[in-house]
This record gives sequence, C-alpha cells and structure tokens, in this order.
Amino acid sequence: MTQSANIKRPVYLDYQATTPLDPRVLEAMMPFLTDKFGNPHSTSHSYGWEAAAAVERARGQVAELIGAAPEEIIFTSGATESNNLAIKGAARFYRARRDHLVTVVSEHKCVRESCAALEREGFRVTILPVNAGGLIELDQLAEALDEHTLLVSVMAVNNEIGVIQPLADIGRLCREKRVFFHTDAAQAAGKIPLDVRAMAIDMMSLSGHKIYGPKGVGALFVGHRPRVRLEPLISGGGQEAGLRSGTLAPHQVVGLGEACVLAGGEMADEAARLEALFDHFHAGLTAGLPDVVLNGDAGARFKGNLNYSFPGVDGEMLLARLRDLAVSSGAACASASGESSYVLEALGVAPGLAQASLRIGLGRFTTRAEVDYALETLIREVRELRANHA
Amino acid sequence: MSASRVYLDYNASAPIRPPVIDAVADALRLGGNPSSVHHEGRRLRGLIEKARQAVADLVGAAPEEVFFTSGGTEANNWALRAADRPALVSAIEHASVLEPARARLAGIIPVSRDGLVEEEAAVRQLAAAGAPVVLSVMLANNETGVIQPVRRLAELGHEHGALVHCDAVQAAGKMAVDFAALGVDMMSLSAHKLGGPPGVGALIIRAGLDLPALLLGGGQERRRRAGTEAAATIIGFGVAAELAGEGLARLAPLADWRDWMEYHLKLAAPGVRFFGARAPRLGNSSAILMPGVSAQTQLMALDLEGLALSAGAACSSGKVAASAVLRAMGADADEAANTLRFSMGWNSARSDVERFVEAWCVLYDRLAQP
Repeated sequence: MTQSANIKRPVYLDYQATTPLDPRVLEAMMPFLTDKFGNPHSTSHSYGWEAAAAVERARGQVAELIGAAPEEIIFTSGATESNNLAIKGAARFYRARRDHLVTVVSEHKCVRESCAALEREGFRVTILPVNAGGLIELDQLAEALDEHTLLVSVMAVNNEIGVIQPLADIGRLCREKRVFFHTDAAQAAGKIPLDVRAMAIDMMSLSGHKIYGPKGVGALFVGHRPRVRLEPLISGGGQEAGLRSGTLAPHQVVGLGEACVLAGGEMADEAARLEALFDHFHAGLTAGLPDVVLNGDAGARFKGNLNYSFPGVDGEMLLARLRDLAVSSGAACASASGESSYVLEALGVAPGLAQASLRIGLGRFTTRAEVDYALETLIREVRELRANHA
Repeated sequence: MSASRVYLDYNASAPIRPPVIDAVADALRLGGNPSSVHHEGRRLRGLIEKARQAVADLVGAAPEEVFFTSGGTEANNWALRAADRPALVSAIEHASVLEPARARLAGIIPVSRDGLVEEEAAVRQLAAAGAPVVLSVMLANNETGVIQPVRRLAELGHEHGALVHCDAVQAAGKMAVDFAALGVDMMSLSAHKLGGPPGVGALIIRAGLDLPALLLGGGQERRRRAGTEAAATIIGFGVAAELAGEGLARLAPLADWRDWMEYHLKLAAPGVRFFGARAPRLGNSSAILMPGVSAQTQLMALDLEGLALSAGAACSSGKVAASAVLRAMGADADEAANTLRFSMGWNSARSDVERFVEAWCVLYDRLAQP
C-alpha cells in the first residue's frame, strides 16, 4: 500500500473509451487556436495558406501511419462519421450494381446502425457471427460473399474485448473476390501495425481521441488503387476532394497528425510495455481470484485491453465499489444507458455473466504502480462481494 | 504573422477569442469521454451542457433544441437530407444547402437586385410544389450581409405545410437572432464565424420535430447525432456564444465604419458598387465591385499591403468561380468576378478600415483609372 499512496485517483483505466490528450499533441495544436486562425480554404491570403499547409502536413502524417498516400486521406469529425461515410457512401454510390454488404455481429454501433439503415433502403446485409474468442471464421466470410457483394466491413481491434481480426487474410479474400474491404481501425491505428497495401484494405476509419489526440476529429482512408467511389454524406463547398464538405478545423487536424506521428514512432516500445503490464495483471488476477474469465482471444489481442467476467458477482455492485478505478462495463456510448454488451453476448457469454464484466483499458500513461493498485482493489472487492453473497 | 496585418475576412473565419482559447485548452487537458459515467466523463458532460445553454441563449432557443454538429455544413446537410422532402431553397444559399438540395430540388427562389428573396415568387413556388417541402432560406448572406425576411417566409412556408430551415451561420453573433420569434423549424449555426473554434456547429431543432439522425451509431446528442462529442471545441463554442451575445452592442460601430468606408470609396471611385447596399445588411459586411479589375488581382495587391480579404465563400481550394450570389442579384460575369468581400468582426478596429480605404484607393488609381 505504500506505493499506492501517491497514485492519482481515480486511476484511469478506460483507454478504449477515450485517451487523455498527449501534452505534445496539445503543444502542436495551440498555435492553430491562437495566431494561426485562418480558414484553410481561404486561397486569397497568407492566413489561409498557413492553415492549408498545416492541414496537408497532417494529412501526410496520417497517411504515413497506415502506409497510405496523403491524397487517400479524408478528414472527418471522428470515426463514427468515417464509418457512416465509408459504408453508406459506398453502398449508395454503387447501389445500381451491387446490393450486398457483409459485416460482423461485434462491430461498433455506428457500423451496425449504418448497415441497418441500408437494409431499410433495400440492401441485403449479412452479419457474420464470431467464435468464442471473438474472431470471425474466414470460411464463413468466404461463403457469405457472392457476385452481388459490394463491401465487407470488419473492425481491426474490437473496442470491448480488444481482439484483432485477421485483416490480411480478410483483405486477400476480398481482393480475390473483387469486394471492397473496409475496416474500423479506431481502436487499432497507432497500436498495432497497419498497412493498407499489405493488408489489401480499401477503406479504413481512424479516430483522434483513441490515440491521444483530440475528440471531434478522425479520418477515412479511401483507397485509390483500386479506386473506391463514395456518395458524400455531407456536401457543399467541395472540400476533401468533394467527399466531405465543411471548413476543416486546423487545430484538430494538426492534433490528429501529431498523434499519429507519436503513436507510430512509439508503437513497438509501447506494445512491449503494455504486453508486460497485461501479463502482470492477468497473472496477478488469476492467482488472486479463482473463477475469472478473460473475454476474447488472449493471443490475437491488443494487450491494452483486458475484459473479465466475474461469476457470482453483481456487476452494478462491483462497479459501485470500484470508485477509485475509472473502468467500464462496456462501450462508453452504451454505458450511460446501462445496456448489456452485445459483443459479449456474441461470444456466448450468458447475459447474467456479461453484466458482471469489466473492461480495463491500459495505455500510454498507465504505470506499473497503477496496475498494482487496480489489481489489489479488484481482488479485494470481488472477494468481499463473493463472501457477502455466499 | 506580423502584428500590422489587417484581417478583413471574418465571414470566412474569425480569430478565436482569447477566453475561448483558454477554455478549449483547459478542456483539452481534461481527460474523459463525456459518455462515460466516471468522474472525468461527468465533468466534461457538465461543461458540454453549459455550452448547450449558452448557444441556446444566443439564439433564443431552449437547450433541449440544440444539437451539436461538426459545423455549419453538417448542420445544413442534416436539415436538408434528413427532412426527406422536396427542397425549395433561395438562389443565394451557401453551397452546403444547395448541394444537398440538388438531389431533391423543388425549386430555387430568385432574389431581387438588392439581394432579397422574392416573397411572391416563394409563394408561387410553394403552391406549385404540390407536396410539402423543406424551405431553406438563410438569415444573413455570407457575401453581401443582406438580411432576409425569414420570419415572413417561415409564415408563408408553414401556410403551405413546409418545414422551414434557416442557415444562420453568418447571422449569429453579428445580429440579434431569435429562433422562437423567427418561427423556423430548424436553424444552423457555426462556432468559427463568431470567434469560436472551427470544427463545431449546431442544428437547432424545434421541440417536437422528430428529425431523423444523419450520423448513426452511439446514443450521443439524445440519439440524434452519433459520435463522441468534440468536447473541447463544443465547450469553446459555448464560451464564444456567451461572448458574442454580450458583445453584440459593441459591434454597432462596425456599421458606421463600413458606411464611412463605402462613402470614401464612392468619393474616390464613382464607378464603385456595393451589392445589397439598399437592403438591410449586417453591419460588418460589404461586397465591393471595382469595375474592370479582377478580384484576384485586387486580392494579390492587397495581400502585399498586408490586408487579408476574399472574393467570396472560402470553399474548395483553388476554385475560382464567379459568385453565384452576385449573379443571382443580376451582376454580370465581369461584375461578379471583380467584387471583393470585406468583412469585419469582434477584433476589428477603425484603423483596419482606414488602412483598407487607403490601400483600395491606391489600387484603384493604379489599376482601374482609364
């Protein structure tokens, strides 16, 4: 306990909901809030040129992180918009030729709801199941594809259970069948190596605030080889190659670019550090508590994500006892409403047990001392709850 | 950027007000997801709701009617696309209204030579549409500053069963705006036009109007607009809205400076013309025609003198198209191509206007004299 005395509480362990802004990102953003306030689309004066140059630099930085060309990057207001634009935009553009989409049961809500909206517009949508580890089966994907299939959308890293889908295999299969492959990489970019060429990815959604950048900015990679065409969701001034109109926010875009540079540069070291913390936590938890279940495949996983079910424990009561730990019981956008997790349900976790589950997210500023404190707290509280219950 | 530069392109983007910068920076340093239930999340949630109240107060709406978006363009697209009706729009609307209207166009309402939407034409087109439309008319034009009779048009629209949308992006913070009194169903706002950060705006949706979402996903913005909120920029919008409301009275001198500027230009150059000058206009704006000299030439020369203006809406980069707004007001292609947009804002000074008059007159003597 001596060590935990100087830990800032609550300990932030919800890095999949959002990440704190890296101070280096803030520093890069500040000039664009203060004296460099030009509209990047103003072509008649240097205020505009300065902002435009910063935007283009950021575009290159985002592209670099995922092996894309700068002109393939479209800035958006976030991954939700990127996913909406990729899926609805492609479907509506190619509607007359292809009318079938394939996605996965464990996708983020914005993917599922975009597909559901398209279904109401007359598209066919196949929703693939996942296995007990949360991964899709490639033969099931292959079977789902037919000559009417336009697009496959499979997220790179799951937001609740951290599992990494076999992107390169999916990309190869889609390319063979001449089907576009979109991946929601909001949780993956900057955390696992991504290469849109090697993985044959046609569209990829990115988010600023999941990688220590600002909230309210994201990007969509739209491949040029082969070229993906989209019907814009937001039209007007014709910015972003006509795919996404609206004045860009230079401070936000610059923040995203800087976040990509930092994440890319530190990825290997950070992944090793998080893996060590993951192993330490997992070993400690399973040694300290009988009967805990790690949800999602342990191997094909981003190690900043731990997701456990605690049989014999009431989830609400457990969360209430963990006020010193900022953890979550599922996706942030569902947690306020108290809905149970459809992702865990898709793994076959029983509803009662899904409700007694926690997502613990580790990240760039997580220390070993914080992990120890969390371990200690969690083990103590689960033991007490189980003892009370018994 | 040297301190002596003069910025007269507020209708493109306004400098961010210093208290807004502080509020945005503070909010950026706060961690947390506003949809998360723990401490950081709740703190951001509280600040976002305070911003919602401030934006509502600026335009006479209720906070429950304010839905934050990524900007005015998204708000306009949302209103026009989600209304899912034929669209009747004025000829001087911003591209972010005209473009989404294009696929569902019921008609385009002409404007007078003074830049005012023609009411009689609107009535005819509302009647001719055959089905209830979404009627979209902006409150103040981004190029001329001309203020439209939105309240009257909303009445006419409602008589014909229309849903009425108003793009108030240029008006908010530059004139008193009252959503309830205007009687419109939807109104678009943008933060960066009134001294807030870029990347945030709002669609005001009248209570009781069930407008479907444009962006689908999580349940943010009461299930109307998915996506993790751009917390810091939203909070900055709130502070900017508060300051813009308080600062409206201090903008009164801008109209005097603008009128002084127009008077002196007219003295120096009898052929000069100001589009929309006979109509009610925002005090900050002027669309200035220098006969025989292209706006591009004028802008380059002015930029060398340290003056930043524009030739119309700042949109897709590199696009040099004659202003559709001025053409709709009866300007010919040359007149439209020779017109500058002059616009002031919260941090403008009289000396900025004096420098502009001086530079413009020198330019006129050099380039436009026969």
